[in-house]
Amino acid sequence: MSASTRLLIIGVGNIYRGDDGAGVAVVRHLAGKVPAGVSVIEQSGEGCALMDAWEGAERVIIADAVQSGASPGMIVRIEAHAQQIPSDFFHYSSHAFSLAEAVEMARALERLPKRLIVYGIEGENFQSGTQMSPAVNAAVNAVCAQIEKECHAEIGS
Amino acid sequence: MKSRVIKVDYLARVEGEGALYVKIKGGKVCDVKLKIFEPPRFFEALLRGRAFTEAPDITARICGICPVAYQMSAVHAMEDACGVKVDGQIRALRRLLYCGEWIESHTLHVYMLHAPDFLGFEDAIRMAKVHGPVVKRGLELKKIGNEVLETLGGRAIHPVNVRVGGFYRSPAKAELKKLAERLKWARDAALETVRWVATFEFPEFEQDYEFVSVKHAFEYPLNEGHLVSNKGLDITAREYDNHFAEEHVAHSNALHSVMKGRGAYFVGPLARYSLCFDKLSPFIQEAARAAGLGTTCRNPFKSIIVRAIEILYACDEALRIIDAYEPPPQPFVEARPRAATGFACTEAPRGVLYHRYQIDEKGIILDAKIVPPTSQNQKTIENDLWNFVPRRIHESDEKLRWHCEQAIRNYDPCISCATHFLKLNVEREA
Repeated sequence: MSASTRLLIIGVGNIYRGDDGAGVAVVRHLAGKVPAGVSVIEQSGEGCALMDAWEGAERVIIADAVQSGASPGMIVRIEAHAQQIPSDFFHYSSHAFSLAEAVEMARALERLPKRLIVYGIEGENFQSGTQMSPAVNAAVNAVCAQIEKECHAEIGS
Repeated sequence: MKSRVIKVDYLARVEGEGALYVKIKGGKVCDVKLKIFEPPRFFEALLRGRAFTEAPDITARICGICPVAYQMSAVHAMEDACGVKVDGQIRALRRLLYCGEWIESHTLHVYMLHAPDFLGFEDAIRMAKVHGPVVKRGLELKKIGNEVLETLGGRAIHPVNVRVGGFYRSPAKAELKKLAERLKWARDAALETVRWVATFEFPEFEQDYEFVSVKHAFEYPLNEGHLVSNKGLDITAREYDNHFAEEHVAHSNALHSVMKGRGAYFVGPLARYSLCFDKLSPFIQEAARAAGLGTTCRNPFKSIIVRAIEILYACDEALRIIDAYEPPPQPFVEARPRAATGFACTEAPRGVLYHRYQIDEKGIILDAKIVPPTSQNQKTIENDLWNFVPRRIHESDEKLRWHCEQAIRNYDPCISCATHFLKLNVEREA
């Protein structure tokens, strides 16, 4: 992360596993549209790498797919710096040590960014393939719009 | 007759999702099932019709933890098909890249997934609250493995710099020098890791396994060598399909790998260590002895020590490679396709990873076969549970479940590679 980054946006997921690609789709939509001082990166969701990615960042927004049983396309926004992420929230991930564990591990080691917002998009289909469900596609657009707004509020431009 | 069922519906701290079912009747184990679905089938179908040059990047997507292993087996198999030999600095760089993956994959397992079992924590987060500095050391060590991947692979998760014949770009000497400074710290941390895990308590559980690993004449195995066992197997990757078969089992969508006529076998750190101890340097051998290991290790619970030894080896080997590094004039050897079938076995962190590709004269993939290490260990994992549960039958369901999960985690199963769903049930009948 460069020193001039005031806000880091991380898209998490695997674009080859259907709706799991939602978080990555969000940051790909946002790339080039965010104001100066905002960095956008993609991550697979492996927890240790995530912790490395946000190291040194004070303000971070993460977008990821969720499988919690809610209806597809539903969006949740978690202020992870202040509240715990339910441990089974991101369990669809194939990683043993994934987003929820990384956040809680960072909290235990006092390595959480000052502000960490996690957007979860409820997925429907996590099978191999590059197509996202229509409801998830729509949610990706909605999350992008919300993050864009949040970006401007966060960095005050 | 009353039965007792121990269930684990969602196995924690393994890569991917899976379940185990154990049924106990009249004080005896009467059923053990490891249930699994296999995504690699999809990749094999996906590979058909693609260019031979695409195999390393497509197969790297099978696993976020061991993408280098997939890339290495893919490039070696394709080079075998094309009749190309890669050596010198390019070969050394491949070993260096693989060392990076071993460091990060093994460190993740030792610290985040396996150590909590031995120290009585439900997970690494709870462990971190008590053992913060130790967990921080593990995270830093893993990060250095990632840095090796980033420097050589272009990025940490799915490296993009690997191609059939070598690399798209070779690193400058200065880049590797920077890594060396980090790796020196990592080597010390790895030695500390060996000492730390050696203090754990291990159940007495030695089995008469058939260990299978790649074995090289001079080196501890990564990319190259014969496939050998402690019971007389000695073949090339080309002969793999003559000696190994994948069997359907009724309780699972997964295929169990077996050695033809002999059954279950065991791949991974224990196998490599036991078959190739003589290829470790005196420094590493001494660290192993000091940690209480002999020249072979047949207790899978001690795999955590062997993994720590392999982290130490990978750091040491990485430093040796960097020390001798001179940038090659060209980062790759030209590989021209021809109608042929190529074979390769390399040593993924979890064990032998077999790739076979048939390509046509234009380099289009006609057929692909991939056998990941976890598929090969499935039968051995089940056998371990058949033998392990009777010794623990007096335990409460909760404790027995814990020990069963620990016994599975001994193998660092990568269900993302081999399977998609694993749920653990133990059923008891009085």
